[in-house]
Amino acid sequence: MGAHKTHTISILTENHSGTLSRVSGLFSSRGYNITSLTVAETEDPTVSRMTIVVSGDESILEQIVKQLNKLIDVIKVVDFMDEPIIERELLLIRVDSTKSNRHEIIGTANLFGAGVAAVAAGSVTLELLGAKDRIDDFVMMLKPYGIRETVRSGAVAIAKSRK
Amino acid sequence: MKKTGAQIVVDALVQEGVKIVFGYPGGTVIPIFDVLYDTKELTLVLTRHEQGAAHAADGYARATGEVGVCLATSGPGALNIMTGIATAYLDSIPMVAITGQVASPLLGTDAFQEADVVGVSRSITKHNFLVKDVKDLPLVFKKAFHIARTGRPGPVLIDVPIDISRSILENYEYPAEISIRSYKPTFDGHPKQIEKAAAMIAAAKKPLIFGGGGVIAAGAHEELKWLAETTNIPVTLSMMGLGAFPGDHPLFIGMPGMHGAKCANRVFQECDLIVSVGARFDDRVTGFVARFAPNAKVIHIDVDPASVSKIVEVDIPVVGDAKSILTALNKIVKPRAADVWNETVSDYKGAKLFSYQTSDTDIKPQAVIEKLFDLTGGNAVICTEVGQHQMWVAQYFKFLRPRTLVSSGGLGTMGFGLPAAMGAALANPGCPVFDVAGDGSIQMNIQELATIAINKIPVKTVILNNCYLGMVRQWQDLFYGKRYSSTCLRRGIDCTPCTDPRECKKIYTPDFIALAKAYGIEAFRAEKPADVEQVLRDGIAVDGPAVMEFMIAPEENVYPMVPAGKSLDEILEG
Repeated sequence: MGAHKTHTISILTENHSGTLSRVSGLFSSRGYNITSLTVAETEDPTVSRMTIVVSGDESILEQIVKQLNKLIDVIKVVDFMDEPIIERELLLIRVDSTKSNRHEIIGTANLFGAGVAAVAAGSVTLELLGAKDRIDDFVMMLKPYGIRETVRSGAVAIAKSRK
Repeated sequence: MKKTGAQIVVDALVQEGVKIVFGYPGGTVIPIFDVLYDTKELTLVLTRHEQGAAHAADGYARATGEVGVCLATSGPGALNIMTGIATAYLDSIPMVAITGQVASPLLGTDAFQEADVVGVSRSITKHNFLVKDVKDLPLVFKKAFHIARTGRPGPVLIDVPIDISRSILENYEYPAEISIRSYKPTFDGHPKQIEKAAAMIAAAKKPLIFGGGGVIAAGAHEELKWLAETTNIPVTLSMMGLGAFPGDHPLFIGMPGMHGAKCANRVFQECDLIVSVGARFDDRVTGFVARFAPNAKVIHIDVDPASVSKIVEVDIPVVGDAKSILTALNKIVKPRAADVWNETVSDYKGAKLFSYQTSDTDIKPQAVIEKLFDLTGGNAVICTEVGQHQMWVAQYFKFLRPRTLVSSGGLGTMGFGLPAAMGAALANPGCPVFDVAGDGSIQMNIQELATIAINKIPVKTVILNNCYLGMVRQWQDLFYGKRYSSTCLRRGIDCTPCTDPRECKKIYTPDFIALAKAYGIEAFRAEKPADVEQVLRDGIAVDGPAVMEFMIAPEENVYPMVPAGKSLDEILEG
C-alpha cells in the first residue's frame, strides 16, 4: 500500500442523468469515501464539471483516475496532483450570539474577510469564501460562541495557469 | 420513414448485422417480440431462462467475435440476465443486452415488474442507456454497438420503457456513422514505445511471451505466432488466451497460475522479461503478486490503459490494439536464435505439460478430456462450466485455434457452459460443439436442454460426474480439514457422516440419462474406463444433441495447484 494523499480531481462529463452515479460508483465500489463533490454546468451547457476531493492510497486513486477516464460519459479528467491550483469553498455558518458578543463575532468575521449573511435574535449567520484551511480556521475561531449549523459547499478548483 | 420504437429496435439490430437474438418475452417487451414475429432477417431463439439467453449471446460472441444480443423483459427478466452480463464484462466480451422497462411515467413508482436496471447493471456493463425519448433510440443503438465492439470490448445494456417501444418516430433513419467525443479508444500503439519494446526484447536473456484473451479479441494470433517463432521466445497463455497460440506448438509451455503447468510457473519465476499481450495479470495467474516474476521486466501491450500497472509494475506500456501493435513490433523486432534459455525451458517442459495417475478401475477425468481431444483432433469448440472439469479441459485439451475454448474466466460462472454452447453451435454450423460440465454446474442451467432439443442445436454435453461440487470439495480436502460441508450432491437428511464415498449406496439425483431422454435427447453413460471411448464415439455419432455422462473417480483433485495467496513456486503436486 502506498502513501495516503488528498487529491482534487476535476472531471468534465456529459451533462445528463446517471453520470454522477457512474462517477461516484467508482469510489464507493472500492470503499472510498468522497470528502467533497461539487457539480455544475460549464460554459457549454452539454458539459458538466465535477470537482471531487478524496483522500486515500495513492496507487488505488491512480487506478480510480484511470477508471474515470474509461467511463463513456467522461470527457476529460484532471488530477491536480502536480500543479498549482486555486481552490475555493463556500461556508455558511450560524453561531449563537447575544447582544453583548455580536460585535466581537463580527470582528472575527472581519478578520477573515467573512460577510454577515443574516442577523437574528440569538444568532448570526456568516458567509466565507476561501480555501479549505482558512475555512477550517474560521470555524475553529467561532466554536467558543456555539455553532448551531454549518453548511460547506465542498471545494471547486482551477489551475493557476493554463498549461 | 415512419416507425414505432419497437420497429426501430429490430431494424437497428438488422442494420448492425445481427443474425441471432436470444430472448425471453414478458410484458414490457411484447411490442418488440411482436415485430420479431415476422422479421425474416433475424432468428429469435427462445431460451428457457433469461440467464440462458445472456450466456448464449455471450457464447455466440466468443465463438465469432461478433456482438452477441439478448433480450429480456423488465424486473425479474432483466435481473435474470445480470449474471450473464457480469460474466461478459469480466471477460471483455462484446454484447448488447436489451431490456424492457415499465412505462416512463411509472419509473420510480415500484410499478409491476419494475427494477432500476440501469442502476443495478452500472458496475457490470461497459456502458448502459435508459431510453427516454423515441427520437434517441437510433443513436443509442448505434452507440451501444460501437461501444460494445471497439476498444476493450464489453457488454452494453439498453433499457427501453414500453411506452418508447410503442411511440412513433416520423423520420426514422439509422445513423451511418458515429463519433462519441468522450470515447476514443487508442488503436495504434505509440511508435516510440514499440521501439523501446523491441530493444528490450533484443536485450533480454530469458524472455517469455504471455498472451491473454486480448490476443483473441484483437485477432492477433497470427502476429503472435510470427513474433514467437521469429524470436524463439516461449509462450504461455492465460486460460482466456488458450487457442491464441497452438497448444501443440514446441514453443508453447502451457497455461500458468493456480492450476497451470509447473513449467509455465517456473519460467515466469525465472524469466528476465515478460512480453504480455492482452492479458491482465489476474490473481489466478500471478499468485502472491509481491513474489511474482521477481527478476522480470514487463512489456505490457493492452488496449485498456487502466490494465497497465494495475497489478504488476510495468516497464514499457504499449496501449492499443494487439494486432496493430504486434504488426508494428514484428517489423522491427530482432530475430533471436534458440539458445540455452530455450534448452532450460524445454527441460522444464519435459515430455508432457500435465500428467496424472492413470487407472484401470476408475475413469480419470483427464483421460476423458485427452480422449475427446484425440477423437476430435482438436477440431471442435469446447465450452465449459466452472470447476474442476474446467481446469482439466484447460490442462488436457490442446486448443489449436482461437475461439475454440468458451469458458467463464473472470467471473467463474457455473451454469455458463450449456447456454454458451448453444450460442457457439448456432454460430458455427457444422462444427462440433461440446459443453464439458461437472454434475454440479450442469444443473444450474439444465433447463436449456429443452432449447437445445426443440431447436435441434447439436450441442454435445459431457458430464464428468463425481457426485461432488468437486472444486470446493478440493479446497475443503486441502485447506479445511476434510470437512465436506455441502459439497456432496448425494447427501440427504438421513446421511450419517461418511468417510468413503465408494461405500455410499445413495442414488445420484437426477439420473442424467433419464433426464436427457425426458428432454428428447440421446444419452450415454460410462461407468468404467473401458466405456469411455465408446460413449464419446456414440455421443459424437448422434446427428444432433447428445448427453454423455462419465462416472469419474470421485476424489480426483486438480493438480498442480498453487494455493490462493501463495507464490508461483509453492506448488502442490498431489
